[in-house]
Amino acid sequence: MKVVNNKVPSIDGKGLMMGRPAYTDDLAERNSLIVKILRSPHPHAKILEIDYSEALKLPGVELVLTHKDFTRKSFTRAGQGYPEPSPYDKFVLDEYVRYIGDEVCCVAAISDKICREALELIKVKYEILEPILDFEKAIDSETIIHPEDGIFEQFPIGFEPKRNIAAAYHMEVGSVEKDLKESEVTLEDSFYTQAQAHVMLEPHTVNARIDYQNRLVLYTSTQTPVHVRRIISQALDIPLSRIRVIKPRVGGGFGGKQHIHGEMFVTTVTLKTGKPSKMVYTREEVFESSYSRHPMRIDVKLGASKDGVLESIDCHILSDTGAYGEHALTVFMVAGSKVLPLYNKVKSVRFYGEVVYTNHTPAGAYRGYGAIQGNFALESAIDMLVEKLGIDPLEFRDKNMIKQHETSPIFAIMGEGTEGTAMTMESCELEYCLHRGRELIGWDDIYPYKQVSKTKRRSVGMAIAMQGSGIPYIDMGSATIKLNDDGFYNLMVGATDIGQGSDTILAQIAAETLQCKIEDMVVYSSDSDLTPFDTGAYASSTTYVSGNAVYKAAKLMREMLIEEASVALKVKPEDIEYDGKTFKANDKTITINDLSNRLYYNEDQKQLVATGSYFGTKSPPPFMAGYVEIEVDTETGEVDIMNYVSVVDCGTTINPMLAKGQVEGGIMQGIGMAMYEEVLYTKKGKLITNDLMNYRIPTRLEVKKLTTEFADSYEESGPYGAKSVGEIGIDTPPAALANAIYNAVGVRLKTLPLTPEKIFMAMKKREEDNNE
Amino acid sequence: MKINVTVNNRERVFDISPDEYLLDTLREHGFLSVKRGCDNSSCGVCTVLLDNKPVASCTLLTIKTEGCHITTVEGISKDAEKLSEHMGDEGADQCGFCNPSLALTMYALKQENPHPTDDEIKKYLVGNLCRCTGYQSQVISIRKCLEDDE
Repeated sequence: MKVVNNKVPSIDGKGLMMGRPAYTDDLAERNSLIVKILRSPHPHAKILEIDYSEALKLPGVELVLTHKDFTRKSFTRAGQGYPEPSPYDKFVLDEYVRYIGDEVCCVAAISDKICREALELIKVKYEILEPILDFEKAIDSETIIHPEDGIFEQFPIGFEPKRNIAAAYHMEVGSVEKDLKESEVTLEDSFYTQAQAHVMLEPHTVNARIDYQNRLVLYTSTQTPVHVRRIISQALDIPLSRIRVIKPRVGGGFGGKQHIHGEMFVTTVTLKTGKPSKMVYTREEVFESSYSRHPMRIDVKLGASKDGVLESIDCHILSDTGAYGEHALTVFMVAGSKVLPLYNKVKSVRFYGEVVYTNHTPAGAYRGYGAIQGNFALESAIDMLVEKLGIDPLEFRDKNMIKQHETSPIFAIMGEGTEGTAMTMESCELEYCLHRGRELIGWDDIYPYKQVSKTKRRSVGMAIAMQGSGIPYIDMGSATIKLNDDGFYNLMVGATDIGQGSDTILAQIAAETLQCKIEDMVVYSSDSDLTPFDTGAYASSTTYVSGNAVYKAAKLMREMLIEEASVALKVKPEDIEYDGKTFKANDKTITINDLSNRLYYNEDQKQLVATGSYFGTKSPPPFMAGYVEIEVDTETGEVDIMNYVSVVDCGTTINPMLAKGQVEGGIMQGIGMAMYEEVLYTKKGKLITNDLMNYRIPTRLEVKKLTTEFADSYEESGPYGAKSVGEIGIDTPPAALANAIYNAVGVRLKTLPLTPEKIFMAMKKREEDNNE
Repeated sequence: MKINVTVNNRERVFDISPDEYLLDTLREHGFLSVKRGCDNSSCGVCTVLLDNKPVASCTLLTIKTEGCHITTVEGISKDAEKLSEHMGDEGADQCGFCNPSLALTMYALKQENPHPTDDEIKKYLVGNLCRCTGYQSQVISIRKCLEDDE
């Protein structure tokens, strides 16, 4: 292969470095109205009255919108397969507010300053309602967060709003209770994960205008343009055909731009005023009023035989979806479906629980959703179990984990909100990942720890993980390739590059198939008027699903070229050899440049366009082993991360450098969740960690070294053997770090993040317990 | 009110209000390479050089820049282009939102310390957050870019 599996720089790197206008706000109309939202200061209240007369008197204020301006119609902001497995529990504006930061009303004005002044002039009377701020007390609470009429589930997801349950699920293979009773060694514990924030550097941004054909044009920083178009059309009763959604360059997403945010407001403002409008979230709004990761309590029970065979896994989860149930069920499901199959040899496995409403910032999609939470619990619990068994943690995993050509019943049972799809692991190099990671981290030299100074211990910890490659039978990608005169191509994809480099790797797949230079494959992504359908960038789908669509389109284009060359050369198509530059048959030749010029200017004129589309019939998981080496200060509980080793099986790496970037970026976000990203609320339910001073993402200094390698692997069903790689990196750090901390100082932390304070207090408590 | 500044070596007169921040002034006048990521100088994407020192333009009142030289990435395009080549080689490009600010901060570092160690690079750029990469590929790119000048 010449282009695929080769080091190709991002096709857009230079232009973005030079600061060329590319992002949503760079492309707003210069005279756009500024749209802002008045947000609730109460976690739970009923709006009795909104007096905005003073705001309207302010010169420059164009419009104020309240819930009375909208037809009451519920929808979900979650951008996912349609009909959605998320409850329709959201109104554009409502007479209830359900968290601090929820939308009360919307103002449009000619400047940012006037808009902010207008917000101050609006007087709102509230009936304050009792909030639910502890998710473990939500079910059957006297407070009902969604008592209103007109909300519903699209198909059964366990939606019981009167009990504050957004979704619920139960499945069992074999008999967990019986097997756990009979197991020689058991373990039972609970783990807590926090509401991690995405912190993509470009805040949520959208702008709207009406074009010369009287159509609504939205530029929006989104991962899911077609879902945005559909949700707006449904919720605001605008014909789909009148809406054009353009996704320009996106400054990071990580799942945070998989829902709609300001789209409803700018659309309404622009349609009502006829003027362009724009909305850029403040960083505070990004933290408080978009959404974050679902916090969870995960109750795990494990049963094993004395000789180290894992026999049974029981997993109950209580998940907190905050004020609205976006992705409530699907995130929950992934905590089982992309975690439990790792240990596929068990006799029985049960997965069940509830997703509850609270009066906190909503939760939603975030890279590795569900998987990172479930992985932290299971991979911590496995280490706790092996300690009881007195067996080496790597040996235990090697013996019990999933391997190539094996399967798990869970694949068929659990999908994303619906049933799953049975599959066998055609490509699985987890064994290699486990052993190679052991070498790279120097496990045998350090495990469990080494005393490096009077107060410092060096230790290692690890975890294994799996993800998926798109959602089978649901996610669809497509691509159109157009031949131009002089023999270069346009590749038009609905797939959304949000910074992960998909424009580059999709161009590589097309260029490899058509044997052209990457410069001759001009990529455009994405515009709902111009690019073919693609569900969007989520669920690790782009490389596998959209990549397969590109491959199919390119294959088709190649066949069309050969057909046309055979006409031009007056030979049979099967006699033609093509090397990407010249078509040859016997002694006759024509170059691609001449053939395309002939097609467009001279003879047998016609446009060549090829479209391919693809949906997965399975979701081949990428796998990885993550190993971390840390140094713990035994006096303070401080942890230095010396090295994080990732050995990843994602099939063929279409672009090894960009794949590495995906893994390392995921690792760093996982480390952030594991160690630093504390989420704090006041007692009244106000988010304290609502800016980058209080919410600490990793800077350049925290992690000393990242070591990333890929296993030699080939997935037959993937484009050129590839699987997806966008999420797998984020999964292992919480468990690997918790395990490393335990190996260093013997304290087991079960609540994220693993702060020095928690480590110190746990060490202190253990000392006191020992003294008693 | 009017203010006189030099942006990328060209003299400009901006009509501003006294409570306006430099980030808003620059974006208003078409310098769209300067990005907004937060509002309290904690992410670094709004970095510009003020008389060759990196500053966060989101919290700097424009009125305080009277007579100053302001540099955006367009003013150091050669250095930015070179950094971009190294970042391409290292696979360090992702969403690109922080890229112009990286180039500007690297340029300022070069003036102060042309031969920094990796630790010095990390410390100098600690205020430039990135959520996409693991940082390592950026640091290697910056080091290699500075080595080119030797």
